[in-house]
Amino acid sequence: MTLAVNNQSIPSRPRGGSFRRDLIGVAVIAVFAAAGYILFPDNLALLTRILAVALLVLALDLVTGYCGVATLGHAALFGSGAYAAGILSAHYGINDPLLMTLGGIVAGAVAGLLCAVVMLRAHGLPQLVLSIALIYLFHELANKASSWTGGSDGLSGIMPDPVFGVYEFDLFGHTAYFFGVALLLIAFVLLRLVVRSPFGMLCRGIKEDPLRIRAMGASPNAALAKMYVISGAVAGTGGALSAISTQVVALDALSFTQSAEALVMLVLGGTGSLFGALAGTLIFMLFEDYVSAANPFHWLTMVGVLLIAVVLFAPKGIYGTAAAYFTRRGEANR
Amino acid sequence: MQTVFSIAIDALAYGMVLFVISIGLSVTMGLMRVVNLAHGAFAMIGGYIASYVARDLGLGYAVAVIAAVVITIIIAIPIERLLYRRIYGQPELTQVLMTIGITFCIIGIANYAMGPTLKTIPLAEPLRGSVDLGFRTISIHRLFAIICGLAVALGLWFAIEKTSFGVKLRASVDNAAMAAALGVRTEIVYAISFAVAVGLAAFGGVVGAELLPVEPYYALRYMVTFLVVVSVGGAGSIPGALIACLLLGAIDTTGRYLMPEFGEFFFYLAVIAIICVFPRGLAGRVK
Repeated sequence: MTLAVNNQSIPSRPRGGSFRRDLIGVAVIAVFAAAGYILFPDNLALLTRILAVALLVLALDLVTGYCGVATLGHAALFGSGAYAAGILSAHYGINDPLLMTLGGIVAGAVAGLLCAVVMLRAHGLPQLVLSIALIYLFHELANKASSWTGGSDGLSGIMPDPVFGVYEFDLFGHTAYFFGVALLLIAFVLLRLVVRSPFGMLCRGIKEDPLRIRAMGASPNAALAKMYVISGAVAGTGGALSAISTQVVALDALSFTQSAEALVMLVLGGTGSLFGALAGTLIFMLFEDYVSAANPFHWLTMVGVLLIAVVLFAPKGIYGTAAAYFTRRGEANR
Repeated sequence: MQTVFSIAIDALAYGMVLFVISIGLSVTMGLMRVVNLAHGAFAMIGGYIASYVARDLGLGYAVAVIAAVVITIIIAIPIERLLYRRIYGQPELTQVLMTIGITFCIIGIANYAMGPTLKTIPLAEPLRGSVDLGFRTISIHRLFAIICGLAVALGLWFAIEKTSFGVKLRASVDNAAMAAALGVRTEIVYAISFAVAVGLAAFGGVVGAELLPVEPYYALRYMVTFLVVVSVGGAGSIPGALIACLLLGAIDTTGRYLMPEFGEFFFYLAVIAIICVFPRGLAGRVK
């Protein structure tokens, strides 16, 4: 009864094949990044925002796609990372972007652990409700602690130093964009290693049949908690990137809407695959930018129709459906 | 003491409105195992129709309530036939996405058709004004909401415990396949309970319009509250839902009275605490 998303048979492939896929993946991201830079030089802020959200969606994919935990509160990890990076700079004067990112990673991982401890106590609908309650708690906390977070005015006064002391964050966002692309590439390669490792396979096993995993002697909750921490680190990176690039952190970073949108992007692209998460983010955010500029309410209707259509006609998401199609054609030609 | 009574009466009214709207969600969720995030959207449709009938057409409050319930059910039937049918028995993630999609569509359409402003529903003459309870005055409308909640609870209790339809319903909740094997037309039971659930949602949307004002983002704003109530009470349980509504209504109202600057902080803290202690809800059964 689990969502049929396991469309990649990675373990049965030889090791060299998956390494080649990694290289192709990195190359594809690099090509897209370069294309974005050349085609939209005036809109690098949007592209950097897409990079930050892509990290959040990747993190969500780890727990939803690979572990089968449905959550509507994943922005809690993203926002924790953003606020940690922002507070380091605004209140402690630690302006080195790498240190700020590290702060975001740690805060995201801690938030991930916290969420895991609460959410893994229940299953199904109560788990979903717990995730919603958590994101509202985080939101209210950040709103209340306004001396630290700036409350509903947002946290400002973030002044990142040049990267490595050389590349300054300029007004046009060139440095922030390349910084983001580098972070995304690193995260992508590391995550490919994680999901292919025995630990990653264990998590997939838990999604398929937790009872059997327990019978084999592994603890599902321990593995899921570990995955949640990893996911938190990735989401925290995204949050830190958004704080560094925009130099403000708004309460929106910790909102239910952000969480729900991330889930929509993931499902649009296809759960259970890192490429799907990236594709979904890119398509959704570009569309959102064009359509919502025209009319925000029509945008909502369109997202709704799109969601229904994806659930009915392409349950594996855009990437999953396309990948399945090409695999079938490849096998037919062989 | 005065404050305690004031809080209690407001909490009761709020809890009863929550109950009328979310009991339908609880029954469908217990019966059909569908995480229906679009339930609040049906309550919103009911509110819009009542507002249109009572304010723009100038018909009475009673007509508005009946029209809201009937038309919302008529709108919901094709949605159930075309969309919900396909997600019965699917994993939760699929159901969540489908019903969020439906909610987004309804919000977009409602805003396009009715405009982004708040809609009021003019009350009937006897429901206006207020009544003195000795320690404070309360608007008659709130009293009306409380009575409606009690009536719905009693009516549902009677229908489920004392009628033959209730027997079939309980049998289908416990074991749909076995009930079908014994000759219960589960399809019809499902259809009737879905219609009743939607009708109750619309009814609650109209009655509770003073407490939960009708506007396009209604569906999204209160969706979480309704889901929380059902989850805390335990899906499919009427006493559970009633206790959860009163409890959460009390916590929310007390928080707003005593510590308004904390917003819904204590509400969600309580939700997390309750679910961690009772992962199946207050009246949830072990399956």
